[in-house]
Amino acid sequence: MPVKISTRNIFKNYGAVEALKGVSVDVHEGEIHAICGDNGAGKSTFIKILAGVEQPDRGEIVVDGKPVHFDSPHASLTAGIATIHQDLAVAPEMTIYQNIFMGAELTRNVLGLRLLDKPAMRRAAVGYMAQLNPSITDMNAKVNELSGGQRQAVAISRALRWNADTVILDEPTAALGVRETEQVLDLVRSLKASGKTVILISHAMQDVAAVADRISILRTGKNQIDLEGGDLTADNLSHYILSGTGDRFH
Amino acid sequence: MSSAEVATLPESEGFRIRWGDLAPFIALGVIILLGTLINSNFMSANNILNVITRSAFIAIIGVGATFVIATGGLDLSIGSMLAFVVGIMIMAMNALAPALGAWAIPAGAVVALVVGSLCGLLNGLIVTVGRIEPFIVTLGTMGIFRALITYMTDGGSLSIDRSLRNAYRPVYFGDFLGIPYPVLITLAIALLGAFILYRTKYGRRVTAVGSNADVASFSGVHVSRVRTMAFVIQGFCVAVAAICYVPRLGAATPTTGQLWELQVITAVVIGGTLLRGGKAHIWGTVAGALILEVIANVMVLSDMVSEYLVAAVQGAIIIIAMLAHRFTSTR
Repeated sequence: MPVKISTRNIFKNYGAVEALKGVSVDVHEGEIHAICGDNGAGKSTFIKILAGVEQPDRGEIVVDGKPVHFDSPHASLTAGIATIHQDLAVAPEMTIYQNIFMGAELTRNVLGLRLLDKPAMRRAAVGYMAQLNPSITDMNAKVNELSGGQRQAVAISRALRWNADTVILDEPTAALGVRETEQVLDLVRSLKASGKTVILISHAMQDVAAVADRISILRTGKNQIDLEGGDLTADNLSHYILSGTGDRFH
Repeated sequence: MSSAEVATLPESEGFRIRWGDLAPFIALGVIILLGTLINSNFMSANNILNVITRSAFIAIIGVGATFVIATGGLDLSIGSMLAFVVGIMIMAMNALAPALGAWAIPAGAVVALVVGSLCGLLNGLIVTVGRIEPFIVTLGTMGIFRALITYMTDGGSLSIDRSLRNAYRPVYFGDFLGIPYPVLITLAIALLGAFILYRTKYGRRVTAVGSNADVASFSGVHVSRVRTMAFVIQGFCVAVAAICYVPRLGAATPTTGQLWELQVITAVVIGGTLLRGGKAHIWGTVAGALILEVIANVMVLSDMVSEYLVAAVQGAIIIIAMLAHRFTSTR
């Protein structure tokens, strides 16, 4: 698989705090790439840089072989990278279709006025949701009436709506129970099945072991270890994160 | 409602009755019924028209406040801003009267709309550019506007020129096919507000920003611009209310619009708009304004409670409304 997103020697300081000290990660197209690490390892800073929320002090981001510069979340979105932030990234009081089309509302022209085209948005929303969770058909349901797993499906549908070919999921299962976590992992697998590249940030080692094709472990602002997924267990991963060495311990 | 139920409901045409949204209208009906039982004069056409006309100011300003509150903001300066705009408008009309005659009235109205919108813009920019809580910003401008009107009236009153009074009078006291002009203006503003809020991209983004500003920002919504614009809409609505207000009393005083922020915010909140933002209900706000005016009217008619306590009752209503919301919400 070709490399989809490549970061080269990303550095980021917050005042005297060195959050990132040279992160170089190659994310391959169509794979689920997990970013792991303990608190303070630099995971969130790294994701903020990919999402265009923060700008690196040094280093380079390359998408599809071309160097890019993300000065805003919008720039990252238009480059095909959609980021779904932790804590259930939805507007709870709004309906499913309103969430999916937030910031990219469809309109139609009525006597020179651009009015919201609600029927078109509802129809298209059904299509996006059907790819992830066909059991939800009422696009007028408010998101705060949905379960945690269904909310993540809404958030991911919004990413699909942007025609993003890379989806970054920041701790998508942190707030969820066991069954909902399984639903979200199924969502991640179906994203991969539809050809998307997925970057997954997670503390939950069993989730990472279950879905990841490739894993980068960050430690004190660097990617210490890069692993192939497949035969790894959650215990292996925890050991790598704690020991910071690439030696197999069994 | 459980998620399983939601998932199996058939897709409707985009309309679903949510009982919570009807609550303000049901409450209004109950209070009108009580008023009818307490005093036979209550349902007289004269009294009803009078009550609806008086609620116009709170309803018009409330439409703007619905936008600000739906974005997660709050504007405490509206009462003082109204007094300030009324003062500026009277000064403009009086200055223009010798040259323009009765045309000084529309000219003054335009001045009012510009000044009101600029006052809103000021509030909005301090909130978004200065990154200060709207509560604190508008508390500050509330004091500033109130002091300015006191200064402009020199502590007394600022009256509209005698030559303009008769021409201007119908804007509050006149009617079209029996419907008083302030009621028609309220309807027009509420229709316009509902149109913007429910039919345009901007309106959708107002609720998006109030519901989850971070998500809106990551979805490419310019959060600061949406918030600032809501304050401008608020200022514009205050100016429209000022235009209707001047012919009623013909003067601005240091107490013009005092405590109106309490009534406006109460009307918005009992109308079903969430105080923390994310959900806006324009017609609920109009119903809320009517509820407050009907309660005040019933108090005056009934002689059971002194009318000096009207503000106390209104203050109690907003607290009860928030408590009711706390206990009925699932979270």
